[in-house]
Amino acid sequence: MPLAASTIESLILEAFPDAKIKITDLAGDNDHWAVEIISEAFKGQNRISQHKMVYSALKGKMGGELHAMQLKTSY
Amino acid sequence: MSEPEIFKSIRNEIETNDVVLFMKGSAKFPQCGFSAAVTHILNTLGVEFKGINVLEDPALREGIKQFSDWPTIPQLYIKGEFIGGCDITKEMAQTGELQGLLKEKGVKVA
Repeated sequence: MPLAASTIESLILEAFPDAKIKITDLAGDNDHWAVEIISEAFKGQNRISQHKMVYSALKGKMGGELHAMQLKTSY
Repeated sequence: MSEPEIFKSIRNEIETNDVVLFMKGSAKFPQCGFSAAVTHILNTLGVEFKGINVLEDPALREGIKQFSDWPTIPQLYIKGEFIGGCDITKEMAQTGELQGLLKEKGVKVA
């Protein structure tokens, strides 16, 4: 089942309270999102760690309910 | 708890091949946009790689996600090190980091 943008946003904010988030719908089906996150929490982490932090924030939904999410992280 | 059988074969692949892409479809016929994107990047850079089609093996499809602790396919390995999926590979190719990494690891590029 696809995931709504508001759900993605609140999950990310829960894990990264200071995050600036930009979510773009790539396909109009709630299942292909492009997400950009800027957060101090990413400082000092390599890209894989940064992305894993985001996947943890999504509580296991990535790869399951959420099929595809283009992710860009920075600080 | 001992590790899943599939880990052994995954480890074997990434240790015996310089560049390995766990993907959907084959290197010649990718079956997903993200896998195709990484294939295209590697081809453009002239990097020889082994494409492993996870769609042919359900145990591998699940196993590689556990092995890498990464929830999605494609997954790129260079000299046994997990580099990332499509987003990370694309970003690194754009900044030139990917080319630098290949050079640093002694992987031949065309």
